[in-house]
Amino acid sequence: MSALQLSPAAVEEMALAEPSASEGLWDDVWKRFKRNPIALTGFYAVCFLAFMALFADFLANDKPYYLQYGGKTYFPIFRSYLVGAKLGQWPAELLNVDYKKLEGATAIFPPIPYRPSNINLLEPLEPPSAKHWFGTDKLGRDVMAGMIHGSRISLSIGFVAVGIAVVIGVVLGAIAGYFGSWVDLVISRLFEVMLSIPTFFLLITVAALLPPSIFLTMAIIGMTGWVGIARFTRNEFLRIRNQDYVTSAIALGVTDRKVMFKHILPNALAPVIVSVVLGIAGAILVESSLSFLGIGVPAELVTWGSILHEASTTTFAWWLAVFPGFAIFITVLAYYLVGEGLREVLDPRLRGLR
Amino acid sequence: MTGYLMQRLLLMIPTLIGITLIGFFIMRLAPGDPAELRAAGGLGAAAGAGISVEKRGAVDEAMAQWRAQFGLDKPLHVQYLVWLKNLATLNFGESFKDSQSVWGKIAERLPVTIKLNLWSILVVYLVAIPLGIYSATHPNSFSDQVTTLAAFILFAVPLVWAATMALVFICGGDFYYLFPPGGLESLDYSESWPLWQKFKDHAWHLFLPVVLLSYDGLAGMSRYMRSSMLEVLGQDYVQVARAKGLPEKVVILKHVLRNSLIPQVTILASILPGLIGGSVIIETIFSIPGLGQLGFESVLARDYPTVLALFTASAVLTLIGILISDLLLAAVDPRIVFGRRQQ
Repeated sequence: MSALQLSPAAVEEMALAEPSASEGLWDDVWKRFKRNPIALTGFYAVCFLAFMALFADFLANDKPYYLQYGGKTYFPIFRSYLVGAKLGQWPAELLNVDYKKLEGATAIFPPIPYRPSNINLLEPLEPPSAKHWFGTDKLGRDVMAGMIHGSRISLSIGFVAVGIAVVIGVVLGAIAGYFGSWVDLVISRLFEVMLSIPTFFLLITVAALLPPSIFLTMAIIGMTGWVGIARFTRNEFLRIRNQDYVTSAIALGVTDRKVMFKHILPNALAPVIVSVVLGIAGAILVESSLSFLGIGVPAELVTWGSILHEASTTTFAWWLAVFPGFAIFITVLAYYLVGEGLREVLDPRLRGLR
Repeated sequence: MTGYLMQRLLLMIPTLIGITLIGFFIMRLAPGDPAELRAAGGLGAAAGAGISVEKRGAVDEAMAQWRAQFGLDKPLHVQYLVWLKNLATLNFGESFKDSQSVWGKIAERLPVTIKLNLWSILVVYLVAIPLGIYSATHPNSFSDQVTTLAAFILFAVPLVWAATMALVFICGGDFYYLFPPGGLESLDYSESWPLWQKFKDHAWHLFLPVVLLSYDGLAGMSRYMRSSMLEVLGQDYVQVARAKGLPEKVVILKHVLRNSLIPQVTILASILPGLIGGSVIIETIFSIPGLGQLGFESVLARDYPTVLALFTASAVLTLIGILISDLLLAAVDPRIVFGRRQQ
């Protein structure tokens, strides 16, 4: 017993140390996440992709950053945002001009001086070269520009779709697993319906029947993708709800909502987080499959999947297959690595194994 | 158990009704009139887009007739009930596209898809479970890290990319001709070939589709297997088992394996719809005449009876899969109590 008896000073010290230890759950998670070099690489890749999507206009654009023309200085890319926000207008001399053909102008272009919509019928199916790093497609559009701007579509669909799926999945799964009895019975019927529906087939059907749209694609991917998350949440809740600490929390009169989301959910989170991060990757995969099949996203938008589709119907254009597919692959891989890293950090039962 | 089984079978009825409701109404409420589409297809073949007013009248009349023939002029709920009644007698109706019996179309293509998917499931389980066990019992060893990374990489490879790359690089696209770019048998295939040659031809054609269909299930399954094994390995009772001197083999195969198979059991049910989705992509890319290709073609042609039949049939199959996996779940994990919450 003597080892457990602490001096008043030590107790005070522990009491003081307590808040700083508990306030930093995410600091702690980050600290241990950092120790895993593979997961960290995945995290940096995710950041890089987000950066690319965010600054797509500055990486691949047919407008220059800086332009000196006719004795005046312009910043056309920045101006295009002003025009887009209806805060400014194009000066008459720059309306619908091809910046590369302006005579007597000095301009600084982005590294990829094309937009995915720049059709150039004189250069169809060019192999990779210094001019077009990743080659061009049938319509002479620069593949790299299409890929940089395509990352916006992939990432936004991934995030929004999974956001929808998580909200539906966690709430329904928690309610079903916690309350059990007839509530579980009814919600489980819903799971069963959603789970037995061939999701991808349903997606194809809905996407092919409805008019092509990014937002509809996000919504249908999210609304068909929550079942996995819900099932995991429910199974975890089923497992945890009979544990002693939950029973004692209920006995102490803690409200159901608090028990569910404060006491059970943190312990049920590890498998859920894995499925959430996998879900982002999965949504990106589904989107690319849909645009590969030519449905979902409007045909005039260049996406990673749509370039791949062109590759499968065109012979002698290997660059159309290699690069966009690699982009999907790297994105999905990065999210998987982050998810796995997080799981090992967040699951207390795995602590100390590494 | 029998009582539970009966209860589950009864509970499948509302689920089935839910599935048919979702399928039916999504397909009927979506814009795009099959009669219009059919007429447009006929006109496209006959006269092109430009059409005179008189001809338009004739087309409208034909469309009305056609709608009446398929019962499309009745209110939606009547259409649903009629379809449900036919469904109960396994009558899936006639295809809008070519007026053939839908059941016949499905029966014709079913064996191909079953063959493809059975091989894939077999490959998935035979490779993934041992791989997962090995990974988890040698955590953080060099070979574990290699398999972990390999599984991650495989899992992240998009099916459409893998298939396209295969087409471009090894199916006679731009580079090598190692595998056929499509179909299930060679053009000169004949029944008179010796058995070995027939088998070789089938294997040659099936190899890529099966590999492509199974690689991601394989990678995912081995991951899940590893993580659930690790989770169980971290529990006290495993230490107790080791402490009382059980051989490591018995600890792993008897005590740990059983408990870590629980998540795999839930995945068993969810692997089916995934394979059906994969079949759509693979069968479309490799022009394999299976259900996936039929489904995709029917969706594009707005062939409602066929789409609905495929939708319902695969949902029912999956439903049965879920039932079996739940029964297995109860069998392997006595902690899971079905029924009321224990107060």
